[in-house]
Amino acid sequence: MAHSKLTARQYSILGLVALCAPLGDTCLSRGMTQVPAISLSHPASLITAVFTPWIAAGIALLIGFFASYLTALSWADLTFVLPATAFGNVIVALLSKFWLHEPISLERWAGIVLITVGVGFVAHGPSLTERPAASPESAGGSEALHEMEEERVR
Amino acid sequence: MTVPFSTGSTGPWSAAGMIAAIVLASTTGEVLTAAAMKSIGDLDEIRAHSGMKGAIRAVVTCPLFFAGVGFLALAFFALLFALNHLNLSLVAPASASLTLVTNAVAGKFFLHENVDGRRWTAAVLVCVGVYLLAH
Repeated sequence: MAHSKLTARQYSILGLVALCAPLGDTCLSRGMTQVPAISLSHPASLITAVFTPWIAAGIALLIGFFASYLTALSWADLTFVLPATAFGNVIVALLSKFWLHEPISLERWAGIVLITVGVGFVAHGPSLTERPAASPESAGGSEALHEMEEERVR
Repeated sequence: MTVPFSTGSTGPWSAAGMIAAIVLASTTGEVLTAAAMKSIGDLDEIRAHSGMKGAIRAVVTCPLFFAGVGFLALAFFALLFALNHLNLSLVAPASASLTLVTNAVAGKFFLHENVDGRRWTAAVLVCVGVYLLAH
């Protein structure tokens, strides 16, 4: 079973996946550099770090990423969704160039081109190549799908 | 001379260990989560027929999902720990590009996805691209 055509809504979900992840990581990085060094002997200090503003903002963005990511995985392969995630790096690099006016070296432009070509490669193929039949007791989703089938029969 | 990927005061083996922990936990979590979502079915369709509550119920009643989230949480705390010792410019691209390759392998063998030449090429191109972007 292979689906190659994505709807505009599905593309927008992939866009959210691409954008929220790098922005969330950047917030986490900024937050973690502001807290004192954490050692393995005091792992509980990682929990207190979660409540600092930058890390909380990073977590909020990563929750947005995770919701979109789960939705994308429900109709596309993992090996289709992951390159889309990496495209977020290109978005951040382009934002830093054209919005923050930061210089981009030749190597970075090469990286942008490679990621864009790689994502283009995957995007032109099918989004879903294999969907094993779900066993009735394996997941709650199967119940929902059963309900849908019953509604259709009615 | 500038060092492109400085590990700061942390040794290279410790840095490699931290990144390996992120990659391993992240790959396991993503494969389990993808398997859970595949067993659940199209969330957009479920939501259209059973509403948002139905879609949430479908996700939270799947045990595989929680196993996946557990490993992703482990990867998250491994990332926080690594960011406390290493630069984002090392941790983010190294873990992201390595995870792409390990996920392509795991997707083929555990999720039985058709990882054809097109997807292998894409994985390698994106992997090298992420490396260059952080260089």
